[in-house]
Order: sequence, then structure tokens, then C-alpha cells
Amino acid sequence: MKVAVTSTGRTMDAQVDPRFGRAACFVVVDTDNMEFEAVENTNVDAGGAGISAAKVVIDTGARAVLTGNCGPNAERTLRAGNITLYTGVTGAVAEAVERFKAGKLTEATGPNVQSHSGMNS
Amino acid sequence: MKEIVVISGKGGTGKTSLVAAFASLAQNAVLADCDVDAADLHLILKPDVQESHDFSGGKLARIRADKCIGCGECERVCRFEAVSLSGPGNDIIAKTCTIDPVACEGCGVCVQFCPVDAIDFEDAINGQWFVSKTRFGPMVHARLGTAEENSGKLVSLIRKQAKRIADERGARANDDSPLLVDGSPGIGCPVIASITGADLVLVVTEPTLSGRHDLDRVAQLTAHFGIPTAVCINKWNINPDVTEAIEAGARDKGLVLAGKIDYDPAVTYAQVAEKTIIEYARNRTATQVVSVWNVIMDSLKTTK
Amino acid sequence: MILAVASGKGGTGKTTVATNLAKVCAAAGRPTQYIDCDVEEPNGHIFLKPQIDGREEVTVEVPQVDAAKCIGCGRCGQICQYSAIVCIGEKVLTFEQLCHSCGGCWLVCPAEAIEREPLRIGEIETGQAGPLGFVSGRLEIGHVRTPSLIRSVRRHIQSDGLAIVDVPPGTSCPVVAAIRGVDFVLLVTEPTPFGLNDLKLAVELVREMGLPFAVAINRDGIGNDQTQAYCKAEGIEIVASIPDDRRIAQAYSTGQMIVDALPEYTERFRDLATRLGAL
Repeated sequence: MKVAVTSTGRTMDAQVDPRFGRAACFVVVDTDNMEFEAVENTNVDAGGAGISAAKVVIDTGARAVLTGNCGPNAERTLRAGNITLYTGVTGAVAEAVERFKAGKLTEATGPNVQSHSGMNS
Repeated sequence: MKEIVVISGKGGTGKTSLVAAFASLAQNAVLADCDVDAADLHLILKPDVQESHDFSGGKLARIRADKCIGCGECERVCRFEAVSLSGPGNDIIAKTCTIDPVACEGCGVCVQFCPVDAIDFEDAINGQWFVSKTRFGPMVHARLGTAEENSGKLVSLIRKQAKRIADERGARANDDSPLLVDGSPGIGCPVIASITGADLVLVVTEPTLSGRHDLDRVAQLTAHFGIPTAVCINKWNINPDVTEAIEAGARDKGLVLAGKIDYDPAVTYAQVAEKTIIEYARNRTATQVVSVWNVIMDSLKTTK
Repeated sequence: MILAVASGKGGTGKTTVATNLAKVCAAAGRPTQYIDCDVEEPNGHIFLKPQIDGREEVTVEVPQVDAAKCIGCGRCGQICQYSAIVCIGEKVLTFEQLCHSCGGCWLVCPAEAIEREPLRIGEIETGQAGPLGFVSGRLEIGHVRTPSLIRSVRRHIQSDGLAIVDVPPGTSCPVVAAIRGVDFVLLVTEPTPFGLNDLKLAVELVREMGLPFAVAINRDGIGNDQTQAYCKAEGIEIVASIPDDRRIAQAYSTGQMIVDALPEYTERFRDLATRLGAL
């Protein structure tokens, strides 16, 4: 199964980006073999960033998202794409995926921040 | 790194003069001018531009006069009254359709419905943004073209770049100096983009009925986004009674009272001299500004 | 005649000039309306103290998708430039706060599955301040559809009389919505470096829009003479100057009109109205 992690860099060592909509990029990891690819978050400067970012993630075929904060628009879009959301995730991308595999992350039940929260960070 | 955004419901309250003064007090702040409609901070801080970039925040539709058949379909579908049959003639028709770029909101509906594909849809260059050096620290600022949209997007971009500079500096030098933002006026799109996620918003107001009215609207906005908010009353002695009423109202709303500043022509003289009030005058007004800054720094320590 | 009172920068006295001008024109017997298009911070009512007799809700149209009729073609999501309607597989999501009401989605939908729903963005108050007609828009907190609301406010302008439009500050889209197609723009400025910088931007805008305009200097005497020098060099007429008078600032602070608190200024506003062809 593939999971998408918001990341400040393009590798497994990079830190989890706390923002979803305006994340620097997504590292998409296959949990079966830990192979990964970095996907640009192409819409970082556009309006409706959370929604655009969610569409990018959906197109990668990921089934789960690991991130810090996620606003309501992005959350709704991900839910429509049947993607499971995990918020409050920190540390390096590789560690986050290991915690996910070990079942140590808790599924988010909704957005954990307001709209526009990542606009400036 | 803590981010302080200075805003005012209405213009002309002295917001930018105060931001410039804070810049000279903070010494090492990263500065961002997000008042992109009426960017004035550069007039005092005299930035030395290091980097300049184009900003494109949306698209614009443009009709190619040589291909237009003048059918008026674009005019029919446009909801922004941007299309008129007043373009130059061509082989087919005496007047072609043309789009007023000032009214176009870049929705692309005309592009989709043009039966002869005569409408181009291109990225609009809406302005420039700059990274500069000033005598008080690095500054990110912009020039939005007149009549341009997307100032909310440009505001987000400026804050993001300023934050990046502040973070890099913090990581390198263990420097925890603040990010100081001159925010946009009003309560619309640009101001929302200026304040979301800030550590503290300082609202600069004046003791007038309009100032009071606008403060109420701005305070509702900061409450809506859950941002700690402080209030400073500039030119307070124009009307001490209204000042008192504003203070009482602010206290009721749980806002931090950051202080009062005199009505002082020296503030304008400083502006003419291209200096901050702190550099220009060691008078009572300058002391009051220092005190407001100290209150802000103290209340930042108590925010998360 | 539609006369817009604008300023590149806020707080230069735009509302002061607009309200006093409107009052002297109405008092002189000319059918006049004051139109407050500064919908983010409408302040005209503070000074004119109108009797409000009408309130109207302003809505814009946003899409609502009928899932039963939707065929999942994805065309609405493709045309939307604002992420206000998004197709995820066969599901269609709408985000009304991002919608510009361009109509693209319901026009392209081949299945007539998109209904137009009203979304409230603000309200308009109408009334009278003595002989003066009063119209004011007020944007709902947290909404971003300022130009749409301004266009609705302007629909209240009566074509046969004089309308004095109080324009939002700045030079961006709300300003364009407020001054597009007006007969004349009066730019109010202060003779300071900030005022001049913002005046230049406003001049650039009105020139780009091809509108006739002139300048009024408020708080004349503070700052320097660079504004006069700029206007002279650019061939811009200065049609009024209001001195820096602390009594004006005090009258303003309590919501008083200059022409009421300081009647000696009445002649100055009447003269301005005459020069602008409003009287």
C-alpha cells in the first residue's frame, strides 16, 4: 500500500512538513518494499491550496496521508478520494512511515486546523 | 521565531510609521510589507533590492482580433461585464469582441465557449516581489500592478518568503528575532491572507467613531481565526473620551491593551525626513512607541 | 452624474470629502445620493446619520450539484479556475467560499445537474439623510466577494441625479468595481511621502481606465510640497485643498460633518462641487 507523507525535502530523511496544502512536496512510500518517489506539490502558490494538494495526492494512488496539520477543505477532498488521514505526525519521513506500519498513528476524525492556516508558514 | 502582524481596520492610522519604528527597535527583525495595495514601508526603510521576481497570480483571457467572428458568445457567458464588441475589425467583421483586462477575473468561461477558439488564456503578470536589505534587516516587499487581483495570493507569497528567511537565519545563527509584518487594511481577502497563523496581531486604531467601528470589525476577524490580538490607540489625545471607550471595549473583548500614542506632527516630519520616529525624535511620542513595543514583546512570551 | 471619491491610501479624508460634498449638493437642491462602496469598512453612516428604511440581503450564485443527475464527466471540475468545484472520481465537491460565480460549471454541465444556490455575502442599507439619498453596502466578515457586493451597491444609483460614490482605498479589484464607468474621479490625498506614493498609483489606475480625474489635498500644510510639484509636472488639476486644522480632526472623531461643526468650510465644499460640475 502507498502512503503520502508531506515533506520538507525529497528524501526519506527529510522532516515531515507540518502543512498539508502548502507542503514543499510529498514523499510517496510503498509500505510493502519501502520504495519511494517524491512528488512536487505543484499548487503551492495558488488559491484553494489544500484542495489542489489533495488532488495531487489522490493522483499518486496513495491510500493514506501522514501530515502535521490539515484544514477542512483538504480533509473533505481527501475523504472523497477514500484516503485515510493521519495528522499530528512529526519527525523524519522514514520514521513516520515506520510508526504508521506499526499501527502507532491514530486516524484523524476531521480537520485539525482552520482554513488558511498554512498560508503563511 | 515569532510573527507579529500590524493591521488597521481603516487606513491612515499610522500603521506603517509604527511598523518602521518597531523595525528600528527590534534591530534584527525580518520585515515584510504585505500592504501591497498601498506599500509605503519602503519609503522609510529605503530597501536595497537584492532579488526581484515576477508574480503571477492568475490567468487572463485575450481575444485574437484576427480570428474573432464577432458572434458575441463570449459577451453572453461573461458574468463580469468584461467583454464588449469594440475591438478592431478584421476580414470577417467590422468590430470584433474585446476583453477589458481590468474587469476580467480569469475564469476562462469565454475561452471554453468561443466557437472558433479565438481566445487565448495566459498567465497574467500581476506584479513583482523583492527581497531586499535595509538598515534594520532583510525585507520582503512587492509591487502589485494597478487594478490587479490576487493580492491575497501575493500577500501569502510575501509572508512565506519572509518566514523562509527568518527560519534560515534562526537555524544558522540561533537568532530568535521576530518577523514583523505590515499587514493589509480592511477585512477582505488580503487582510485574511496577512493574519492567518500569526502569533500576534496588533491593531492600530485612532480615537474616532470610524476607528472604533472598524476596530470592532477587525477584532471579529481575528477572533474568527483565533489569533491573539493587541490594540494600540494612535493620536489618542484627539479625543480622550473615545479613547477611553475604545479601551473599555477592547478590555471586554479580551484584547491586550498595548498603549496609547500622542497626536504628534513629529511623526509626519520623520516621514518627510525618511526616518522612523525613533531615529528622528527622542521625545514623548518615541517613548510611547517604545512602550508599545515592549508590551507586544511581553505578550508574545505568553503566547504558545 | 456619477462622481467617485477615491484615494490610493486609506485615511486621507476620502469619506470626509465624499459626505460633505454630498451634503452640500443635496442642500443646494440637486437630487443627490451618497453611495458607500467602501463595503469592508463602511463609515459614511457615522457622519450622515441617515434614517434607514430599506435593508436588502446580497447574495451571489454558487453551484449545488444534484448527485442523482450527475454523470461524473468531470467537466465542471476542469473549467473551474478557483478550486470551487472539484471532481474526485465520480464525486463532485463544491467549496462555496472559493467560488467567483463565473457560471462555468453550470454552463458546461451536459446533464443539467448543477443548480444555482444563493450565498449571502453582505447587505445593503438604503435611506435618507435629510434631502440626501443614502446607500451603503456592508461585507459579511470572512467573505472575500468584495467586487460583487460593490456592483450590487452601484445598482442603486438613480440615473437622473447626482451620485457621490465613496470608493474603497487602494488600487485593486474592489476599487475597479467601484469606479468603472463613472463620470469623474476625485482623488483625495495628503501632502506626505506616503500620500504621494499612493496618489501616483491611483493616478496610474484612473489613467489606465481612461477616467477623467482631479486631485483634492487634505490636511494641507503637513508634510511637504512634493504633491503640488508632482501634480504640476503631470498636468493634474488640484481642485480643492483642506487645511490641516485640528478642529476638523476633532469633529471627525465624534462623527460630526465638517459643514455642521465648522460652517466656514461650507463655501469651500460648494466651490468644489461647482468646479466638478456637480452643482
